[in-house]
Amino acid sequence: MDASRKKSIVGRAAVLEGLPEHPAVKALLAWNPDALADAKFDRGELTLTVAAEQIRAAAATVRAAGYNFFEDVTAVDWFPSAPRFQLSYHIISHTYKERIRLRVLVDGENPAVDSITPIWPSANYYEREVFDLFGIRFERHPNLRRIMMPDDWEGYPLRKDYPVEGYR
Amino acid sequence: MTETVGTPILEVPIAEGASDQHMVLNMGPQHPSTHGVLRLVLEIDGEIIVRLYPEIGYLHTGIEKTCEAKFYHQVVPLTDRIDYLSPMANNLCYCLAVERLLDLEIPEKAQWMRVLLSELTRLNSHLVWLGTHAMDIGALTVFLYTFREREDILRIFEAVSGQRMMTSYIRIGGLAMEPPLDFFDRIRAFIRTFPEKIDEYSNLLTGNPIFHSRLKGVGYLSAADAIALGVTGPPLRASGVDFDLRRDMPYSGYEKFQFKVPVSTDGDCWARYEVRLIEMRESVKMIQQALDGMPEGPIKADAPKIVLPDREKMKTQMEALIHHFKIVTEGFAVPAGEVYQGIESPRGQMGYYVVSDGTAKPYRVHMRNPTFATLQALETMCKGRMLADVVAVVGSIDIVLGEIDR
Repeated sequence: MDASRKKSIVGRAAVLEGLPEHPAVKALLAWNPDALADAKFDRGELTLTVAAEQIRAAAATVRAAGYNFFEDVTAVDWFPSAPRFQLSYHIISHTYKERIRLRVLVDGENPAVDSITPIWPSANYYEREVFDLFGIRFERHPNLRRIMMPDDWEGYPLRKDYPVEGYR
Repeated sequence: MTETVGTPILEVPIAEGASDQHMVLNMGPQHPSTHGVLRLVLEIDGEIIVRLYPEIGYLHTGIEKTCEAKFYHQVVPLTDRIDYLSPMANNLCYCLAVERLLDLEIPEKAQWMRVLLSELTRLNSHLVWLGTHAMDIGALTVFLYTFREREDILRIFEAVSGQRMMTSYIRIGGLAMEPPLDFFDRIRAFIRTFPEKIDEYSNLLTGNPIFHSRLKGVGYLSAADAIALGVTGPPLRASGVDFDLRRDMPYSGYEKFQFKVPVSTDGDCWARYEVRLIEMRESVKMIQQALDGMPEGPIKADAPKIVLPDREKMKTQMEALIHHFKIVTEGFAVPAGEVYQGIESPRGQMGYYVVSDGTAKPYRVHMRNPTFATLQALETMCKGRMLADVVAVVGSIDIVLGEIDR
């Protein structure tokens, strides 16, 4: 890994200055100048934070910009800090041979975001998994049911207030 | 920009949505050709598949949750158990992710050893796939042949790590221990004869009219569908998409190796069979290159607070003993941050997403396992085909339920 990949750029303004020609950044700004709430380039990975209600449109934008392959989406529970959930969408480009991460912050109270299955059908299972294990709803998902746990399971196992072992 | 595709049609559970002329059939979870505990709910019209719905989760063990309660180095043995046919690939992916969080420099010999072992793992995994896939189709003999060679590979794994399957040999910062003295000679002896063995399998299957007619044209998947449904690895390349992380986003020194990435545009089960067979031949070439160019030097990074000291040093040096005690009892702190590491596992793109909050335990570990996504394409591949083709298609995507359910 060369030195330029190692340096870390933190903050929206710094990323806009440091990576103005990045195709994903460019496309998102062309679509909506206020699209990026935050940005970070760390350990060779670009993380772009977008607003929760804009995730579907942002996903369509980066797909049109050449980031054609959706890898996965998962959540991180930052309990007890707020906003509680972070959703990380990993998207790879077969053209640029590069990966970006779209990041969305979701509140802990009744968490929900738009599903991106209309953009990438492959998000189907991953969104079901996040729903199953974190309890985050994906609006307009075709089949939002539990995937790993039994249908009648109570609670969301990957939340931080769910114990690792023992009975609740 | 507006949304490009319309709202998806709501999926109705098959048992409720099936029409009166159709039959609902359960395949699995205890069915020998589903390679584990995969349950498929099929809606069939006579023998034609109308709809197919995979029901998974029977092997869910909550590995991602368990990881959050362990020290970073204790997670390595858990990664073996996700995909029990390619443990080294899981070890490697997790270790690469944590090493990037720690900003560790891995010695060259360790990198080359990792490539060598990854490719042996690929052979191991493809051999199990070939044997079981052929057995599903009715060619029972091939299974006995492939398991003969797989046994050789497992013996090599046992020699290097002490374990046949749950190896945990690749560790954070390098490898667990030096390989034994005759290790490279054993691998040399193995790969000297192995290409002939691939010819042997090919002789048994490629010209076999039954095998041919069961696979040719069955389970077609177009390149656009493959990308849309998240298919990776050999099935993606068999659909005509030329993408391999080893070549396109190299890790662990893969950029120093010369190899071809087989691609086919047919997109059927036969293409997947051919792609994997060529992949095995390419792996042999890479193992040969790794053996020829194996550099000298240490196999562990120079980071005494992260990498466990050698047994010898621990018994003779106070410093090493202290480090050993500290690592084992309290682990090591990893700088806060998040890393996503992707590798090309035998089944496709594997990814480990590790989030650290600066403590000695991972805050979140998420695995992207290739066949979890590939399973979504099963309905597209089977729709409109005969019931018996489902067995061929499930075999051709090479699923491992351990990694699907985690």
